[in-house]
Amino acid sequence: MDFDLMLRVYPFFIEAAWITIQLSVLTTLLGLACGTLGAMARLSRLRIFRMIGAVYVSVFRGTPALIQLFILYFGGPQIGLQLDAFTAGVIGLGVNIGAYMTETMRGAIIAIDKGQTEAARTVGLSRFQTMRYVILPQAARLMIRPLGVNINALIKGTALVAAISVVELTYTAQRFIGSTYKPFEMFMISGALYMIIIYATGRGITWLDRKARIV
Amino acid sequence: MNLDFTVIPAYLDVVLLGAVWTIAITVAAALLSFVGGIIFAVVALYAPLVVRLPFRLFAWLFMGTPLLLQLFLIYFGLVQIGIDLPAFVAGVVGLGLHFAVYNSELIQTSILAVDRGQMEAARTLGLSRGQALRKVVIPQAVRDVIPPIGNNMIALLKDSALVSVIGVSELTLSAQLAIGRTYRPFEFYVLAAVVYYVINLGMEAVQRRIERRIAAAR
Repeated sequence: MDFDLMLRVYPFFIEAAWITIQLSVLTTLLGLACGTLGAMARLSRLRIFRMIGAVYVSVFRGTPALIQLFILYFGGPQIGLQLDAFTAGVIGLGVNIGAYMTETMRGAIIAIDKGQTEAARTVGLSRFQTMRYVILPQAARLMIRPLGVNINALIKGTALVAAISVVELTYTAQRFIGSTYKPFEMFMISGALYMIIIYATGRGITWLDRKARIV
Repeated sequence: MNLDFTVIPAYLDVVLLGAVWTIAITVAAALLSFVGGIIFAVVALYAPLVVRLPFRLFAWLFMGTPLLLQLFLIYFGLVQIGIDLPAFVAGVVGLGLHFAVYNSELIQTSILAVDRGQMEAARTLGLSRGQALRKVVIPQAVRDVIPPIGNNMIALLKDSALVSVIGVSELTLSAQLAIGRTYRPFEFYVLAAVVYYVINLGMEAVQRRIERRIAAAR
């Protein structure tokens, strides 16, 4: 282990970790938005929305995220969509994880006892009100943990944008492996930073989950 | 709009050959991850502490870092210690180990869920602990864990795209090859996506069949 080298290069990794964090946060927000829309579409009364939702989930979960990212970033200009690498990364990863989050949210919503809907409808709430005031507040609690699993996968998934040259943790590790031929040392630094980000996020999710619990 | 899908037929054989390699990598890495998963699970549950602790650390590192980073480590790391593996082998080992760790978590839970009476009965009949594990407990645990492992294997197929980055000429890299010649990224990446999607549908069909057979055998 070459500790001298590790000490010399780690500031670059700290900077890169900051990019990874930004990517993770923005991707999570976009993913949650896509997931919410997707879940609403999949649970809609209208067949056309249900179909759109099903196709979205199937296509984005059925093909590699890396290919989706490449279509957007390298293929985008051909259809008039010129994005810088960071933006393409956020959009590509966010829409991708949104498909997984769609299923997570749908799962939590349909896990709520049917009797809740029936009771709410019986006391005169509209379908929208039932969803808004009865089902969602209960389902939201159930979602926190499984969404945490999605977010954990997403943080590791941000490594993919190294392939479109966003200077985040994995790209930085790759570059230093190339210039120093010390893969193990570079893996240790970037690995440790990933673990810190993932551990902190996990703690946050656990805290949120406990806070949201009724009993 | 600058799209021209008529360029595809000229390179279809290149891309489809890549697809064959993607399937080969997926199958090889899936087998490695399955066998590795069982071994890791037994180690994590039954090995002495001196083996178990470093192993937990290894599993924890593998689950907490991106696969892409691990592939770089394995591909370039092995060169550093003098082992020059072909990219294909490095890719299979990287994918296989990564998913072995995930499979191992599933198999551990499943082993613990096998009724204690099974082990007790086997021991009463005179089987050693190792025999009881190998012949009685693990077969049952593995049967129960096939469906979730199937999901991991479908994830493995999609993650196999990452080995293009270390130069394995599978589907993604073959598409890139065609793009290098034609400057048509949109068309060829969409083609690659379609091929991945078809392989994915095939795997889901196989998974459903296996699940039905397991359900019928129970």
